[in-house]
Amino acid sequence: MAKYFSKEHEWLELDGDVATVGITDYAQQALGDIVYVELPEVGKKLVKDGDAAVVESVKAASDVYAPVDGEILETNEMLEDNPGLVNEDAEGEGWFFRVKIDDESQLEDLMDQESYNDFIEGLED
Amino acid sequence: MSFQTHTGNRGLVLEEKLIFEQGEAGRCGVDLPKPDAVKSRLGGLERDSDVGLPGLSEPQVVRHYTRLSQKNFGIDSGFFPLGSCTMKHNPRLNEKVARMPGLADLHPMQPESTVQGALELIDSCAHWLMVLTGMPAVAMSPASGAQGELCGMMAIRAALDARGENRRRVLVPESAHGTNPATAAACGFTVDSIPATADGRVDLAAFEAKLGDDVAGIMLTNPNTCGLFERDVRKIADLVHAAGGYFYCDGANFNAIVGRVRPADLGIDAMHINLHKTFSTPHGGGGPGSGPVVFSDALAPFAPLPYVLHKDGKFHLVETASEQDGKKPFGRLKGFHGQMGMFIRALTYMKSHGADGLRQASGDAVLNANYLLARLKDKLSVAFPGYCMHEALFDDEFLKGTGVSTLDLAKAIIDEGFHPMTMYFPLVVHGALLVEPTETETKESIDQFCDAVLSLVAKAESGDAEFFKNAPYLTPRRRLDETAAARNPVLRWVPKNAE
Amino acid sequence: MRYLPLTPADRTAMLETIGAASVDDLYCDVPSGALLKEPVDLPYHQGEMQVEREMAALARKNTGTASAASFLGAGAYRHHVPATVDYIIQRGEFLTAYTPYQPEIAQGTLQYLFEFQTQVASITGMDVANASMWDGATSCAEAVLMACRATRRKKAVLSGGLHPHYREVTETYCQYSDTEVAGRDGHPEHQATTGELDDLIDNQTACVVVQYPDIFGRIQDHTKLADACHAKGALLIVVFTEAVAFGAIKSPGSFGADIVCGEGQSIGNALSYGGPYVGLFATTSKLVRQMPGRLCGETVDQDGKRGFVLTLSTREQHIRREKATSNICTNSGLCSLAFTVHMSLLGEDGYRGLAAINHERAVKTADALALVPGVSVVNETFFNEFTVRLPKSAAGVVEALAAKGVLGGVPLSRLYPNRDDLDAFLLVAATETNTDDDIAAFASALKEVLA
Repeated sequence: MAKYFSKEHEWLELDGDVATVGITDYAQQALGDIVYVELPEVGKKLVKDGDAAVVESVKAASDVYAPVDGEILETNEMLEDNPGLVNEDAEGEGWFFRVKIDDESQLEDLMDQESYNDFIEGLED
Repeated sequence: MSFQTHTGNRGLVLEEKLIFEQGEAGRCGVDLPKPDAVKSRLGGLERDSDVGLPGLSEPQVVRHYTRLSQKNFGIDSGFFPLGSCTMKHNPRLNEKVARMPGLADLHPMQPESTVQGALELIDSCAHWLMVLTGMPAVAMSPASGAQGELCGMMAIRAALDARGENRRRVLVPESAHGTNPATAAACGFTVDSIPATADGRVDLAAFEAKLGDDVAGIMLTNPNTCGLFERDVRKIADLVHAAGGYFYCDGANFNAIVGRVRPADLGIDAMHINLHKTFSTPHGGGGPGSGPVVFSDALAPFAPLPYVLHKDGKFHLVETASEQDGKKPFGRLKGFHGQMGMFIRALTYMKSHGADGLRQASGDAVLNANYLLARLKDKLSVAFPGYCMHEALFDDEFLKGTGVSTLDLAKAIIDEGFHPMTMYFPLVVHGALLVEPTETETKESIDQFCDAVLSLVAKAESGDAEFFKNAPYLTPRRRLDETAAARNPVLRWVPKNAE
Repeated sequence: MRYLPLTPADRTAMLETIGAASVDDLYCDVPSGALLKEPVDLPYHQGEMQVEREMAALARKNTGTASAASFLGAGAYRHHVPATVDYIIQRGEFLTAYTPYQPEIAQGTLQYLFEFQTQVASITGMDVANASMWDGATSCAEAVLMACRATRRKKAVLSGGLHPHYREVTETYCQYSDTEVAGRDGHPEHQATTGELDDLIDNQTACVVVQYPDIFGRIQDHTKLADACHAKGALLIVVFTEAVAFGAIKSPGSFGADIVCGEGQSIGNALSYGGPYVGLFATTSKLVRQMPGRLCGETVDQDGKRGFVLTLSTREQHIRREKATSNICTNSGLCSLAFTVHMSLLGEDGYRGLAAINHERAVKTADALALVPGVSVVNETFFNEFTVRLPKSAAGVVEALAAKGVLGGVPLSRLYPNRDDLDAFLLVAATETNTDDDIAAFASALKEVLA
């Protein structure tokens, strides 16, 4: 399965035309202890770069933007009771939602793992 | 010497349970007369279950809240240099006057003839605020600084609507208080942020580039949240006016210039005044505040209801729009007429200081801040060059490599017996430390604070990060687990058997 | 000046350390011409005795409720405040503290806020309450905005029994956020019936707001209204102006209310000509993240000891900025302490007992006024406030009563200046502070005024 990354520190893993989306391990580290994740409603239409979710630490709330257009199929209900999953396993168990992608060409704007690694390395300077 | 006591108390630091854990049925802290038997008019909706309140006697209640008070740090306790909050001495005369018969026991809906002194008091407080700001009008009703902002921005929205213009963009500097963007959004505006220059002020070129016929105005704090005077303020005013917008000034830091600079001379259209900052009404652990708003002639007609009018030798309270010609109030902001108890305190404070004393107060506030800046600037990293106004801003560059954060340093300052400075605000400065000594501190107390901070910085530089990570050590409670509180919110007490 | 400790010698020494010649030099960024050279045109400083004398002279020009037989209500009520309350709130550690951002040295404030939240949730019958709002009217407006956020809808339906100030503030808050405010005009003689608002509730309605007891003093069961709201996906907001009432009548929570908010002045706080007061705000656990204002929560410290912190602050303006649930920052801290201390003194027995006396005093007042020729009591139900119909304009009667040392209620024309049909109605409140003599004085003065 192909995995993509955005400059807003979201990851996206593609399975057919369905993508699983979450925030990257780098993002969870930067945010610190996550205390709440506000997830979109199932059926909501996402617009690329529009608001998709909100992730909250004690002192910060960060918007998670939609990396692509699409419709929400499923959200990770485990995060309701255990938002700490995002800290423990951001790019696995701590996924946010699954979205049916409208336009695969939008994936071209995203980075692969290697480019993303370079990207965050550049940020740390 | 460290040992455990049987009770958990440690001398004067006393453990105190919640009142709900101390109650006993049958105890009561008031004695009430027995009501006569009457036929109930409650319409069958009589309460049929217990409320769940604990019973305590008066001495228990007094002891409980006295013990709780001893776990608090206030201005009365010590030096409280919390930047942008202006924690200065709260004179007790103000409290005494607010409790006088004829003021404390006035009902807001009494007939006008029975409250002439109260209306005169509001009018007098308004007069002082207008003279001190040089502005022609003031709305007294806003409940706090944040509601004052809402008042000012609603007046701007109403004025634009009256002009038939659909301007919706408000320019707000990055360094602004969070209330500014929140307020603009509540008035249906979108927020466009203006970057700061390297010397901590509005980037005039960037500001000018953002102006356009969709700009409703600018919200600018002056002196700004970095504790600096916006030296281009007049140009900013001229530019925003030329572009057809209004200038909202956040007056949170008016205390730095009161009696020395009149905001009217800077070209503003509206400004709120936090009476609990500049005019020292008590902060009370988070309120109540009061946020009167001064207006220019352009915005004055849109000021909210109600207001006091002095006419034919009598004071009137105008509560409806229809009574007036030429006024187009945007509405009502709160119940009744405003924070009267705060007007009383603020007027008492202003009369005590007088025009000369207020001028002295702002001068001493700025002098104290610059003295503190001068004493710390070689060891701490100053955020922006030059003199500051009423507060000194540092970034965390001086802590680089020590493993100690701004937060850690602040927590160690607590153990030294001071309230820490404001941390991590304004957001434009990395690891910000904003220190506001205020005019009511002695040189000795500022010296003592500076000496303590310098000794802690030396300790941080010596590599003792672990000490800082675990501070404070000597407080009634040590660092609290905020993550646990937010992940699993417990927002009220529930009886054990109900869990 | 007695509040300013710096001496001339201090100032000189400090300027030397700074390297500035004068204080004016520190103001070098002020545009030329804007820096005043002299004090502004206002009186100079005065000693404590002189200021107190001037302020006392203003106070003497008023007739306070303590020096008259007073029956005023309409959202603010005179109650006896125990001496303990005023002593506690004047302790410097409470009075001169800031918002508890440093929890290690603010456990006093935080613990009373936790107690306050629990008390408010208990009397309203709700799951949770916040750490206070500015007053009842702004709480009502914030509740409407909260309901709009929670339901993602843009229409509020206000009952005709809602206090006009609450309605006006709500309209002011909604006017620039594309929120429609619908509702009915109320009338004290038109019996409020269950279902009167049902036809206004549709699929776009975020909330219905009712007052309980309503502005005319009437008490009504809102269980069916709650059901009607929920059937359409709307929230029921129950507003109150007299917090003592819930010691005698069922809590709004028992009706199925989603938000309960109102004025807490009645408990612990002086009338003070309309402010500062304390807004109470309670809701269900489900809606807590949509709630405006500060919240205090329980946690533990590094040593495992129970402690309290401000929590869920990501809802607030200092973090969310333009996306915050409200712009509220400072709330009514010290007024909420007054509420909490008074409520702690009352306890279960005192709170219920106080409510019972208020009802008894109001019943006696209503019965006494009903005997005055030409006067009729309109209400079938009431707690401590009711409406009477007079044979002439109530505004004039109130002025005439004031001249006789009786503050005899609030004419509805003051609350509804554009409603000619309400001229003859007077809103009368009685509390435990009204003696039998007060009631007799009111009845006889009214008889004389109407004669």
